[in-house]
Amino acid sequence: MKKIFGRPKSMTDKPFHYCPGCGHGIVHRLIGEVIDELGIQDRTIGVPPVGCAVIMYHYFNIDMTEAPHGRTPAVATGIKRVHPDKVVFTYQGDGDLAAIGTGEIIHAANRGERITTIFVNNTVYGMTGGQMAPTTLLSQKTTTTPLGRDARLIGYPIKISEMLAITDGSIYIERVAVNKPANIIKAKKAIKKAFQVQLEDMGFSMVEVLSQCPVNLGMTPQKAAEWIDNTLIKTYPLGVIKDKSGE
Amino acid sequence: MAEKVLMCGNGAVGEGAIQAGCRHYFGYPITPQNELTAYMAERLGELGGVFIQSESELAAINMVFGASAAGARAMTSSSSPGISLKQEGISYIAGAELPCVIVNVMRAGPGLGDITPSQADYFQAVKGGGHGDYRLITIGPASVQELYDWTARAFYLADKYRNPVMILGDGFLGQMMEPLEIRKIKELKLPPKTWALTGAKDRSANVIRTLMLKVGELEAHNKKIQNKYKRIEKELVEYETVLTDGADIILVAYGMCARICKESVFLLRKEGIKAGLIRPITLWPYPSAIIRKISNHVRYILTVEMSAGQMVEDVKLAVLGRCPVHFYGRMGGGVPTSEEIVNRIKELEAKGQKGTKKREYR
Ligand SMILES: Cc1ncc(C[n+]2csc(CCOP(=O)(O)OP(=O)(O)O)c2C)c(N)n1
Ligand code: SF4
Repeated sequence: MKKIFGRPKSMTDKPFHYCPGCGHGIVHRLIGEVIDELGIQDRTIGVPPVGCAVIMYHYFNIDMTEAPHGRTPAVATGIKRVHPDKVVFTYQGDGDLAAIGTGEIIHAANRGERITTIFVNNTVYGMTGGQMAPTTLLSQKTTTTPLGRDARLIGYPIKISEMLAITDGSIYIERVAVNKPANIIKAKKAIKKAFQVQLEDMGFSMVEVLSQCPVNLGMTPQKAAEWIDNTLIKTYPLGVIKDKSGE
Repeated sequence: MAEKVLMCGNGAVGEGAIQAGCRHYFGYPITPQNELTAYMAERLGELGGVFIQSESELAAINMVFGASAAGARAMTSSSSPGISLKQEGISYIAGAELPCVIVNVMRAGPGLGDITPSQADYFQAVKGGGHGDYRLITIGPASVQELYDWTARAFYLADKYRNPVMILGDGFLGQMMEPLEIRKIKELKLPPKTWALTGAKDRSANVIRTLMLKVGELEAHNKKIQNKYKRIEKELVEYETVLTDGADIILVAYGMCARICKESVFLLRKEGIKAGLIRPITLWPYPSAIIRKISNHVRYILTVEMSAGQMVEDVKLAVLGRCPVHFYGRMGGGVPTSEEIVNRIKELEAKGQKGTKKREYR
């Protein structure tokens, strides 16, 4: 019998620890497939975040190092400058990248650091139990915005991809989602392209992935997936935000 | 013959790093260590190394984290407020057992303080500084030559023990000019860095982490690094003694203060007071044993620092009450003079410390 579907060889057979319906597992798998397809498993180095994906290194057969909360792009910069011929990617949540680590990501992008960032935006801090993230929507309820996010008190959802796109060092930035098969296919294409931009030594590339955290959104996995389509993409529209790779 | 040049202490640190094969430097400007940042930019430019002026100290230390994880000899430098910011990364690097060299050219604090020399970051350097149970190998050089020699050696020690090493100087040392002999660095053999991140080619994946969630795993890891610290304490202690044989009174000081104290010892000897000096060179591991030994035979010890009194606590711990330990300190940029120290001793003599009996403890 011919095998037509299996686990990417760049991934281990450890079962994910993520909650049912969580998007992290899907994003991991897409990264694994892309690494396989590009044939770069033996020269890819990953830097997981502090957040639900902190133990991501259990799931991949590639070299990886931890980084302090938000400093992932700085750690990746150090690695990439030592090994310019290797493929270095970071994986960050919205708390990690859009709050504590805003400085590091803006400057890595602006330096045109030859790294690829996978930015998982699920609008909450998952790991620490559902607090507000900078990406939390207006009137969205979290444990630290029990009455819903109020712009007068805590400002507006931050659009990181658009912000980073204005740095000259960023080459390719796209926002995708992993809430349904059609979007997942597009997400994989974007991730692959982001890695290719690095392989061609062009500059910084990032894919923002809208992802579901059913547990902290207080929804069923199904509802969370629908919520992305009906609500989340109104604030964070999908699509290519910047692409200078053809220039 | 080795090349001899006139150089400032900050430059000497940079050249020591270059000679030790450091080709990756990440830093953020702060006085009084800016000459070092500039020196690295220039030399690494010439040599085709990597120099990044980072956006912050947080980023700089984490770039060092990445570069070290990738197997390179990496360095960062800063001064007090910047070192405070680096503590997060230092704790991670120590926890992950990664080698690197961190330079602190101390200035006076707390807070923004001022840019004058100080030794007030001693606690922060030798007691941990960041969160968790860890130690930095901490070196307190006292001359431009020593800054060069010890920075070069620091890279070797960092690799040998897989531990961050801190060069702890001060603004005075960093900026003063002295003749420097650029000696060739003799590299001793080290095991290959099989743990480094180089891409999992023809081997299983390498993972660097400090998160240990399995029951007992973190405690085992902590025990392992504590055992390493014990080994370092056994193998690495270094200090200098000046006229300690038969001395009545001992001064203990490190770095710039030790140089000043050396002169005080000679002044005191001229007046018939039998003073000597112990200068710790490794500040962690601390030369407790020699201080303990000598405390059996002297009337008292005077510790001199450019701080409100930090290392004096380690002296007291070494002495454990065998003899009185006194303190003389200047802070906020004040630098003690040799005369001030002599006067402090005379004060103590007048107060009757003279009469304290010699004791023998076993
Ligand atoms: C310096 C520091 N501050 C706070 C924390 C606690 N912390 C761990 S994960 C996290 C939030 C992660 O949220 P996000 O990046 O959105 O990732 P998610 O868990 O949602 O995937 C926080 C605040 C920490 N580990 N370190
Ligand atoms: S808390 Fe949210 S982000 Fe974290 S694993 Fe669960 S569903 Fe996923």
